[in-house]
Amino acid sequence: MIRFILSRLLYLVPTFIGITIIAFSFPRFLAGDPVLLMAGERGVTPERHAELSAQLGYDKPLVLQYFDFLGRLLHGDMGTSLVTKKPVLAEFLSLFPATVELGLVAIFIAVLLGVPIGVIAAIKRGSWFDQLSMTGALVGFSMPIFWWGLLLIIFFSGYLGWTPVSGRISLMYFFPNVTGFMLIDSLISGQDGAFASAVQHLILPSIVLATIPLAVIARQTRSAMLEVMSEDYVRTARAKGMPRRRVIGVHALRNALIPVVTTIGLQIGVLLAGAILTETIFSWPGIGKWMIDSISRRDYPAVQSGLLLIAGVVMVVNLLVDLTYGLINPRIRHR
Amino acid sequence: MTLLSRGLIAASAIALSAAATPVMAKTFIYCSEASPEGFDPAPYTAGSTFDASAHPVYNRLTEFKKGTTEVEPGLAERWEVSEDGTVYTFKLRPGVKWHSNDKFTPTRDMNADDVVFSFERQADANHPWNQYIPGLSYEYYNSMDMPKLVKSVEKVDDLTVKVTLNQPEAPFLANVAMPFMSILSKEYADALEAAGTKEDLNNAPIGTGPFKFVAYQKDAVIRFQKNPDYWGTAPLIDDLVFAITPDAAVRLQKLKAGECHLMPYPAPADIEAIKADPNLKLDEQAGLNVGYLAYNTTVAPFDNPKVRKALNMAINKQAIVDAVFQGAAEPAKNPIPPTMWSYNDAIQDDPYDPEAAKAALAEAGVENLQMEIWAMPVQRPYMPNARRTAELMQEDLSKAGVQASIVSYEWGEYLSKSMDPGRAGAVILGWTGDNGDPDNFLSVLLSCASATEGGANRAFWCNEEFSNLLQQAKVTSDPAERTKLYEQAQVIFKEQAPWFTIAHSTQYVPMRQNVTGFVMSPLGDYTFETVDITE
Repeated sequence: MIRFILSRLLYLVPTFIGITIIAFSFPRFLAGDPVLLMAGERGVTPERHAELSAQLGYDKPLVLQYFDFLGRLLHGDMGTSLVTKKPVLAEFLSLFPATVELGLVAIFIAVLLGVPIGVIAAIKRGSWFDQLSMTGALVGFSMPIFWWGLLLIIFFSGYLGWTPVSGRISLMYFFPNVTGFMLIDSLISGQDGAFASAVQHLILPSIVLATIPLAVIARQTRSAMLEVMSEDYVRTARAKGMPRRRVIGVHALRNALIPVVTTIGLQIGVLLAGAILTETIFSWPGIGKWMIDSISRRDYPAVQSGLLLIAGVVMVVNLLVDLTYGLINPRIRHR
Repeated sequence: MTLLSRGLIAASAIALSAAATPVMAKTFIYCSEASPEGFDPAPYTAGSTFDASAHPVYNRLTEFKKGTTEVEPGLAERWEVSEDGTVYTFKLRPGVKWHSNDKFTPTRDMNADDVVFSFERQADANHPWNQYIPGLSYEYYNSMDMPKLVKSVEKVDDLTVKVTLNQPEAPFLANVAMPFMSILSKEYADALEAAGTKEDLNNAPIGTGPFKFVAYQKDAVIRFQKNPDYWGTAPLIDDLVFAITPDAAVRLQKLKAGECHLMPYPAPADIEAIKADPNLKLDEQAGLNVGYLAYNTTVAPFDNPKVRKALNMAINKQAIVDAVFQGAAEPAKNPIPPTMWSYNDAIQDDPYDPEAAKAALAEAGVENLQMEIWAMPVQRPYMPNARRTAELMQEDLSKAGVQASIVSYEWGEYLSKSMDPGRAGAVILGWTGDNGDPDNFLSVLLSCASATEGGANRAFWCNEEFSNLLQQAKVTSDPAERTKLYEQAQVIFKEQAPWFTIAHSTQYVPMRQNVTGFVMSPLGDYTFETVDITE
């Protein structure tokens, strides 16, 4: 097992270097000079342009800038945002809990609904439930998030008035930010109704963010179940006269879940991508919205370090999934 | 029952009660459009930053009179200008209290040291507070030409400050009313330096303004509290909250749901629905902006004013206002907007007349003219859709026998390439005023001095007579005299037609019916010391 973990960790090194190169070059491939964007319609004299570029370190050759970036990275310095002039890492950390909270609730919803839907659809293959849920999954998978979010807001918040439009908690509540997780902080605050308000604010954004992973998980569970159900050992179990519930629950589902766990792990990347749009619609103060702002302002340090941090999170989660996979399927770790 | 389902039930109970009772009395919620870059106004340029810093928290020596671009006394009670117009002596208002927070309690009132500090930290690159956060630059101080203009700032006594300029400059009083010239506390700066937390000057602002800063949670909410010791008229609301909501459609939903009282920048397509909503009302005003198409007046045949005039006649302005601005704009005939003093309303716009245009072009000896129209890739307050505007122009021009092709570049590139003197095409661009002074439009966009690299005169139009009028107006302090000069300058502009002036877009501010006292600012500021909420 330790060898397995070590080999997985070794894989991370080249991946990480690759990511630093992508994270560094991506914002620089976007056309647009941050100094010009800062100056806007007014224009900037060549002297002032040179002065500001030098101040920002963008007058050096790209290769040098890259090694500068890498060197500082190794010292734990992720740079300072051009816009807010604050350390990028501090900004990331202050916003990350909001994204994690939203992501966890979304994945919770996606798994809680997706797995049972997939299982039932597989067992009742060809039934109306199967057809309806798989059509639903296809629609959910191809739903434009921005439109979907706005639609839910207009219907549930605007028309019915059931849910708040946006934000993380009602502005009536004001308490210190202890963990950054609103559900926890609102409980700690002890203010009446704060937790309920936080939950209420989570409903729509987490549904929107859960939509795509839910569709993927449901489909994956269904196809994995179908495959497993036709395996010999399931037939044998059935032939032995084992109760149907036990055949499905113990023999089929447990084995079918292995690819599903991988799928769930892969959804973390999808979640973070979805968070960019979801957070923008729901004014959710997380890293997705922050990345969008940074990109549109050509805030190089924020974009490159932000990408790096996000990629790092995805890498760690995938590593954990790999390890979990190894745990539930002993064949993997011996390979 | 699970924790979640219990929460859901409690949540729906809250939703019901929230729908029944109005938002807490005297807490005013503003759905702002963007996060502030910081709370020190000097290093930043975005209006949304000033709305959260300069306007609620700080004051300046002079202020813009509410709802106008006129300058009135602020922290300076009065001032004297020397005969030659180069020495300004400001008499400061006595007894102006600084805010306090949990780490700082002021021991003295605002005085001349604070004013000198607020100038010098921007002017002097070696000042200990110039780079209190590494990488700060003072873009407004620079772009308003303050380094060239200001010779010295001296404290005469505790309540008197003398500013000496290198040359007379009438717009100076408007410059010091701008957000970047907000007066910050030197005592607070000293305290932060001693505590080793200099960056708090940008995070936890201490000012003299109508509201005290309470807390900011990035990208989510900013909280302010009424300043009970405010030297001016005290605010009518107790708490001011900014709910940061970047998407215009979501802002409107929040406003409709009563989650905020007022919002900026509605989507033009939503205006009709807002007007129809019985819970909402809408303030509107012509914005302090102009959208234009600038010819390159140094390249033939566009160097001929007759050709430019002919092209101006070929374009149907009203059609652009209707289709692109959806009516939310006023067709522009002058380079400055009608809300600005010295606007010359006597000027007649070039009529839309494709036949006359064709004839005028033939008369000027121009046949089969081919030209480029540059359409910017972004939406700006003065131009909702440049691409569509360019298409309409293209169609109109073809009727006058002119073949236009549309080009575009990434925004930063667009800005720099459009300042290339050899540029072939006519450029769609615009301007939003900084300080309400006509000089801030005319000199910046049309003077000889700005027709050079680093300037913003994208017509490269250099008319001696026009520029001389501007120069004269700049050194004259009598507003009536200046008005005459600017009116004359607008006449020359119209005759010479370096631009096709497109439109002045309308600013809309939707708010709840129960909001009173909001005053729209021609400068596009959102300020709340006069607002109130009625039941």
